Amino acid sequence: MGLLDKILGKTSGAPSKEVTAAPTAAPVTKAPEPVKQEVAPKKSEEVKVSKPKLAYVHLSGCTGCLISLSDNYEKLLDVLGAVDQVYNLTLMDQRELPEGKIDIALVEGAVCLQDEHSVHLIKETREKAGLVIAYGGCAATGCVTNFCRGGQANQPQHESFVPINRVIKVDAYIPGCPPTPEIIYNVAIAAVTGDMEYLQPFLADKGGYACGCDLFTKIVENGLCIGCGTCASSCPTRALEMQFGRPSLNNTRCVKCGACSAACPRSFLPVSQIEKKLMV
Amino acid sequence: MAFGKYKEVYALKAKDNAVTGVAQDGGVVTALLCYALDQGIIDGAIVAGNSETPWLPKPVVATTKEEIIAAAGTKYTISPNVAAVKDAVREMGCDKLAVVGTPCQIYAIQKMRLYPFGARHVPDKIAMTIGIFCTENFTYQGLKTIIEDHCKVPIESVKKMEIGKGKFSIKADKDVAIPIKETHKYEQPGDHVCTDLTAEFADIATGSIGTPDGWSTTFGRTTRGTELLKKAIAAGVFESKAMADVQPGLPLLEKLEAAKKDKAKKHVEEMKSLGLFVTPGIIY
Ligand SMILES: Cc1cc2nc3c(=O)[nH]c(=O)nc-3n(C[C@H](O)[C@H](O)[C@H](O)COP(=O)(O)OP(=O)(O)OC[C@H]3O[C@@H](n4cnc5c(N)ncnc54)[C@H](O)[C@@H]3O)c2cc1C
Ligand code: SF4
Ligand code: SF4
Ligand code: SF4
Repeated sequence: MGLLDKILGKTSGAPSKEVTAAPTAAPVTKAPEPVKQEVAPKKSEEVKVSKPKLAYVHLSGCTGCLISLSDNYEKLLDVLGAVDQVYNLTLMDQRELPEGKIDIALVEGAVCLQDEHSVHLIKETREKAGLVIAYGGCAATGCVTNFCRGGQANQPQHESFVPINRVIKVDAYIPGCPPTPEIIYNVAIAAVTGDMEYLQPFLADKGGYACGCDLFTKIVENGLCIGCGTCASSCPTRALEMQFGRPSLNNTRCVKCGACSAACPRSFLPVSQIEKKLMV
Repeated sequence: MAFGKYKEVYALKAKDNAVTGVAQDGGVVTALLCYALDQGIIDGAIVAGNSETPWLPKPVVATTKEEIIAAAGTKYTISPNVAAVKDAVREMGCDKLAVVGTPCQIYAIQKMRLYPFGARHVPDKIAMTIGIFCTENFTYQGLKTIIEDHCKVPIESVKKMEIGKGKFSIKADKDVAIPIKETHKYEQPGDHVCTDLTAEFADIATGSIGTPDGWSTTFGRTTRGTELLKKAIAAGVFESKAMADVQPGLPLLEKLEAAKKDKAKKHVEEMKSLGLFVTPGIIY
């Protein structure tokens, strides 16, 4: 499958450690239109990519990520129409991962180490899927499940929840608690149209784990913050407040979703995409 | 071109006295926002309003002309305008929002439109971005020190601040100007990797460099920005001149922008040589 090779070629083959938002050498078919407009996936004969087989793997989370995906309303049909969904516990009558290879596994939720089924499921997902995407905070960083202390009915032994990259290799991350409907839509359309430039910042070798602390270790303490306030407006729990032009973190509110770090214009700056897609 | 792509450029000055009386330069930002609000092109704008602390701005979602005019004038310290975006859209219900910001804030908004990580239902509500030129910005404590220790004037008595012609000047009970050199150490460090003087990625970008006092150099960079400018000019909102007919004109802007880009490149190299993280994509 051409698309998958492209994405995987990027994640495993790319020697560069440096994150770059600059155009890549990867063949970009056609960039999607600016987000503002309706972006319909191109007809399959134009894209010359067969529909990727998608498994939606649901571990320990609140289902908010799935709901956010469906909050694309009628545009959800673009996303669902672009893939061949082979597994989705919440939406389909199919209890186990199907036999054989899957192209993309979108994983929501953290792995509960005391739940044998979860551990097996994520391992099996890795074996079967070409591309494993940690979709949303819980899968990516543990997010709210980091705060679980066990002891609850009816599974009191369920105490430790870890991001999926603690158990398997992850190819890409979509941060946020939940990720916005728009970001998952954009990722899906970029994947279908082969817009590798758009997908770059999500790839594992470009980072992945991000939380409120990274704003400080990477941006503020590094003398890069310019006080724009993007981090504060991106935070779902209002853990960040701007004080004298710098973010101030209330770490008891921070759920480690990573949205702030990902959104900060000083974490990466997609200049060439802004030029191409917005400066029209 | 050092100062980014554009479709049209004009020298402009607002005609409305209520605007020019309070605006920093040609009143382009304030007059344009008022016009766009009148025409229903926008239904709100994020601007740098006043807080209880003298000269410490706070982001305000202005939905009336009075609020837009009340926020006119440059505050030479950080106003985290992007922090108000989600409130503007989700709490105040703006569907057609304009955002005013420094070039780095415009980057943030444009990145947010492409990568709305935490900006649910925001990207399609950004109707206009108006960038103001920016050479550097100061922390609030820095600005206060410049005014009280260097200019020796209480900050609450200051009526206007300006940077230009190599000087930092204030209008207060007495007018004071000091060499801009004295202020350099109060710049926020994040500015030193900044390559953008002229808001290269805003729909409309405006600033004083290039035009005589009281006028503004104004670029229409995108179709929607240029259309708004043309409409406003046709409606008589501005006195307008061709950039070729004013002094010092675009060559000065080009020179200063190139110098800013060079400086940023050098600083980035220094940071890299120390093994520090530097924003990917920031040098272009
Ligand atoms: C820190 C800083 C540095 C600048 N440096 C230069 C420069 O080197 N060269 C140059 O030509 N121009 C510079 N400018 C821009 C210039 O000072 C004027 O803001 C610009 O020319 C617009 O003038 P106007 O009369 O059209 O705007 P006005 O009608 O006076 O409106 C100005 C708008 O900017 C907003 N604003 C004010 N302060 C801030 C702030 N700190 N952050 C975000 N928004 C703000 C106001 O709310 C208002 O909406 C700078 C501005 C700032 C804030
Ligand atoms: S500060 Fe907010 S946005 Fe950042 S990781 Fe924490 S919860 Fe998420
Ligand atoms: S988003 Fe803006 S204010 Fe927040 S850390 Fe990054 S540069 Fe600073
Ligand atoms: S110099 Fe650059 S980074 Fe600093 S405030 Fe101005 S536009 Fe922002």
